Amino acid sequence: MNGHDAPPTVGLSTGPATSLAYHTGTWRTERPVYVDLAPPCSLGCPSGEDIRGWLGSVQEGEPGLEKAWRRLVAANPLPAVMGRICYHPCQTACNRAEVDEEVGINAVERFLGDTAIERGWALPVPAASSGRRVLVVGSGPAGLSAAYHLHQRGHEVVIREAAAEPGGMLRYGIPAYRLPRDVLAAEIRRIEDTGVRIECGAPVTDLRAAEAEFHAVVLTMGAGVAHHVDIPAGAASHMVDAIDVLRDVAEGNAPLVGRRVAVYGGGNTAMDAARTARRLGASDAVVVYRRTREQMPAHPTELEEAVGEGVRVQWLSTIAAVEGPHLTIERMELDEEGRPHGTGEFEELDADTVMLAVGQDADLTLLEGAADISVEGGVVQVDPATLMTGREGVFAAGDVSPGSRTATYAIGRGARAAAAVDAYLASRVLPAEPVEREATASRLNSWYYSDAPKQHRSALEAARRVTGFEEVLSGLDTEHAVFEARRCMSCGSCFECDNCFGMCPDDAITKLGPGMRYEIDYDYCKGCGICAAECPCGAIDMIPEVR
Amino acid sequence: MREVLEGSQAVARTVARCRPGVVCAYPISPQTHIVEALSAMARTGELEGCEYVNVESEFSAMSVSIGASAAGSRAYTATASQGLLYMAEAVFNAAGMGLPIVMTVANRAIGAPINIWNDHSDAMALRDAGWLQLYAADNQEAADLHVIAFAAAEELGIPAMVCMDGFVLTHATDVLELATAAEIDAFLPPYAPAQVLDIDHPTTIGTMAGPESFTETKYLQHLRFLDAAGVIEAWSERFREAFGREAGGLAVRYAPDTLDRDREAPPADAGDVVVVAMGSVLGTLQAALPALRREGVPVRLVGLSSFRPFPATALREALGGARDVVVIDRALELGSGGVLTGDVGRALAGTRSRVRSVVAGLGGRPILEASLQDVVRRAHAGELEPLEFLDLKEGGVPVPHHGATEVHR
Amino acid sequence: MTTVHIPFLQTGSLAVGGRLLSEDERSVQSHTDRPSSLTKGHRACQGCAEALAARWVMDTAVEASGGRLIVANATGCLEVFSTLYPESAWKPPWIHSVFANAAAVATGIASSLHAQGKDDIRVLAQGGDGGTVDIGLAAVSGMFERNDDVLYVCYDNQGYMNTGVQRSSATPAAARTATTPAVGRAPGQAWGQGKSMVKIAMAHEIPYVASATPADLRDLEAKVRTAMSIHGARYLHVLVPCPVGWGSESRLSIALARAAVQSGIFPVVEARAGELTDVQRIRERVDVTEYLEPQARFAHLFKPGGEDALARWRAVAEANIRRYHLLGGES
Repeated sequence: MNGHDAPPTVGLSTGPATSLAYHTGTWRTERPVYVDLAPPCSLGCPSGEDIRGWLGSVQEGEPGLEKAWRRLVAANPLPAVMGRICYHPCQTACNRAEVDEEVGINAVERFLGDTAIERGWALPVPAASSGRRVLVVGSGPAGLSAAYHLHQRGHEVVIREAAAEPGGMLRYGIPAYRLPRDVLAAEIRRIEDTGVRIECGAPVTDLRAAEAEFHAVVLTMGAGVAHHVDIPAGAASHMVDAIDVLRDVAEGNAPLVGRRVAVYGGGNTAMDAARTARRLGASDAVVVYRRTREQMPAHPTELEEAVGEGVRVQWLSTIAAVEGPHLTIERMELDEEGRPHGTGEFEELDADTVMLAVGQDADLTLLEGAADISVEGGVVQVDPATLMTGREGVFAAGDVSPGSRTATYAIGRGARAAAAVDAYLASRVLPAEPVEREATASRLNSWYYSDAPKQHRSALEAARRVTGFEEVLSGLDTEHAVFEARRCMSCGSCFECDNCFGMCPDDAITKLGPGMRYEIDYDYCKGCGICAAECPCGAIDMIPEVR
Repeated sequence: MREVLEGSQAVARTVARCRPGVVCAYPISPQTHIVEALSAMARTGELEGCEYVNVESEFSAMSVSIGASAAGSRAYTATASQGLLYMAEAVFNAAGMGLPIVMTVANRAIGAPINIWNDHSDAMALRDAGWLQLYAADNQEAADLHVIAFAAAEELGIPAMVCMDGFVLTHATDVLELATAAEIDAFLPPYAPAQVLDIDHPTTIGTMAGPESFTETKYLQHLRFLDAAGVIEAWSERFREAFGREAGGLAVRYAPDTLDRDREAPPADAGDVVVVAMGSVLGTLQAALPALRREGVPVRLVGLSSFRPFPATALREALGGARDVVVIDRALELGSGGVLTGDVGRALAGTRSRVRSVVAGLGGRPILEASLQDVVRRAHAGELEPLEFLDLKEGGVPVPHHGATEVHR
Repeated sequence: MTTVHIPFLQTGSLAVGGRLLSEDERSVQSHTDRPSSLTKGHRACQGCAEALAARWVMDTAVEASGGRLIVANATGCLEVFSTLYPESAWKPPWIHSVFANAAAVATGIASSLHAQGKDDIRVLAQGGDGGTVDIGLAAVSGMFERNDDVLYVCYDNQGYMNTGVQRSSATPAAARTATTPAVGRAPGQAWGQGKSMVKIAMAHEIPYVASATPADLRDLEAKVRTAMSIHGARYLHVLVPCPVGWGSESRLSIALARAAVQSGIFPVVEARAGELTDVQRIRERVDVTEYLEPQARFAHLFKPGGEDALARWRAVAEANIRRYHLLGGES
């Protein structure tokens, strides 16, 4: 070719951003995808709270608080209660511990619970009724949770409680210095306000009659009967069940326990009993426990606080005999499998009162004669998925059924039972609980999280605790609660930090705006993986590109 | 107004009156007087609205000019010799990007051996840089060519070198008449760049071109260059009309007897010996040849004002079929001959003309009228070799005195 | 540093943005309407930190200048991958001339704008380490010496990556390149005295000199903003990890820049008129191996015989930490 068929040029130039014509996405061998993984806190929460979610709302400050509370009570209707007494396995699981300290989830939960009570936030009231009636037997955490969730699903719910006041172990097993009664009352009242009826002083004694009256029954009687061990004891000996002491105190009938108190057992009830004894005037409260500290079932913070209040623990010891104020203590030793055995060595211990806290059993008199409802190991056996007992339409949850005997577990099982009853009433199959991928600490890029120490709840001085039953731990104010919430790393879920958007060398990520997150433009994304590597919370996976 | 001026001053003043926006240069002999004068004018305010930038090298001088031109300013620089080679990469680049920079080349030899005096080897080394190359025969033309250069370069989007012989012109004083600022303002259109960095209409200038588009890019630039001869001729014509004197053009004709520049002069005859030359040697030839005419030697003179684009057609027309063509060449292709000779030979390919190359005046060697006359006589007699070196001394260069550098023991 | 202090909001100052930040607390890069001056469709290798840093720098400069910015670019990766005719990934007016002259072209643009009375249009020149520290040094130095109104940005990927990873005078000691192979008694780049472009720039006593990395966006943006608020010659040196040239995984480009800073190998500093005014303190100190080991160009340091070079690198980091007070204390 040699013709003048094109205009002469003075040099090459081109328009801006004409590179859009070239799609670099074809280079990709791996593609980034946004994922939402389950955070360890939620996976560890027996109540099934969306902790990351409600912390996320708290992070927004004042405007997000009510939204946060509503996300919280979607699972647990007792946040002010649980914010005080929960052993917070969520915090034990929290990935933030790898950066500095775990997030004080429990404190924020309590803050939300208290704020809700203070501001009078109401639980949602279901609009329409299903016309189905459900009886819940017992008003402990499992019963309250089951009732609440069942009513939220539109069923008419009645709780029948044998005791004079609702709350079960929350009221009678947990001392007021850990859970003020007005807080418990407020949260129970709020459930009642949604339309759940609680009948107190109304023990259920006839299961068949109940079944005739209701479309379904949920057994949540708890385990409020003290377990007994055989200890040779003289007539003058003052031996009581720790659970009874706690109940008496809760009912305002503080017993006389003397100056020296021995508590036998190593669980949380033992700790509560010992600390209560101190508050009842015992100058010397000794916990006698047959194993070691490592094996102790009591929560470490409970032990810590008890010791802080002057409670002593006598490890590897059993009470062999009680004769008046004189206790014979046998020293124990552990065998290779960690089981304690007597050594034959004895010592003396003086105690005006011996409190037994060696476990609690369920009161199953209601089930006498119900052959189709099997009981093993002192608890009602249920289908692990549906929580239904051997009898159709009769479910069980909480301490009366197998599993961890904690309030948080009870709340979670109560909710699960509600879902199961709901499915049963609708003749639906209850979907299995989904298996979720965990957002492990190794997925996180902790560099992006600034160091910030947990805002410690300022504990009252230990000396002051033992003088009465004021609440031991003070709550957070809004500023601190928001701060603490903002320590949440949002493990496995995008919190819109803009890292992927800002750090894409190929300008291939679109920011969709508040709450909408981002979109990857696969026409241009080369799959370098920087977005995934620099995502603080591990919310981006790189997966092989399939063409 | 006629005035007595050094060539460099004349060029500097004319350039200033062309109102460049940016002048950037690095000093090198024999260009220094031009840039000194411009820097002074920039300080005194005589050079209004212009940034004068002192840089650390010719490479940066051309680079600053590139930036300035691309940003929308009429840009000017000047250099010579080593300096031109030092900026060579950017020189090519300016042309490739179509930036109409004007540069004075005060022609000077290229080392080694280092030599500050005049010949054309510097500009010739960059003859294919994509620039217009206009050669001044005298200082009046040197000054005037800058006006034409700005006009043609800017119309074409092709940068232009105005070549003037170092020292011979730059440092020589003549009676000159410079175009006034008002005249130039009336003559030269305002700077309207084709390629410009504009924040309101952003473009990317200076992209990479792969094998799929490089050939076409060059082809299209070639087409543009083909337009250049006509544009230069037109602006030279306009200049003559506006100023009443000759400057520029393509092939310059001279009257047969007076040897005065004469655009109406007839083409040479077949029997004429035609001397072809560029630059100040044309003045020497104008002085030397009338005597030969009077002797009866049928000699004619043709000058080249434009070397790039090479005006092959205009040259052939001026030569008119002359059988003997002698090129006085101020630059040498080692092992081949004069550089200009090569272009003349290519222009005359297929004709019956015999082209002889006389390499003259390298590194400032004076070109004597007598020597030129001798060449023409011998050409007329058919005795001129195809390649000769004017006034070549026998015995080569002096040998250092043996032992002169020995250390005394 | 002139960084905006971001209150503790999940990620503090270290992430690009954050939903909890107010508009004026956000980085330029976090804005949906950021300029994206170097946009998609460019042909940089996967994980190219130069492409990233160039967008960051230029977006900030575009914002700081109110969109009145002209850019001159040296030859190199940045130019080649962004402008293969007929495509250009640039949005601002942009010019590339040759390898060594970006600074001078920028001076020409600035001079022209000044002559035209358009001093509100700002000029940015940029190039790689080759075009800055090596072949373009004279032009850069000339621009500094004249105090021309140009912000020059060097994206230092420590070698001639565009031509196939040859050494430059910015290549770190012991690093393997195509022209400093990891063979012989002193494998990799020779242990010379190095060539600190930041110190060279400081020696010119120009109004503003700073170094930065893509590991700290806010610091980088703050420095560009500071630089843009000043007239005269300014220099910004940005370390940009190069997966291909360094033999590192593309996803690690930010992480390596972080390790370079946190190990003390790359001091992030700020200087005015020749005087050091601020340094970025090491936040979480790491050993030099954290930086060196993920890079194949240093692989021989982790084989028998590599101990000496490793020790020398530790000494380099120590010297930097001491000289620039990178761990705090008096400065």
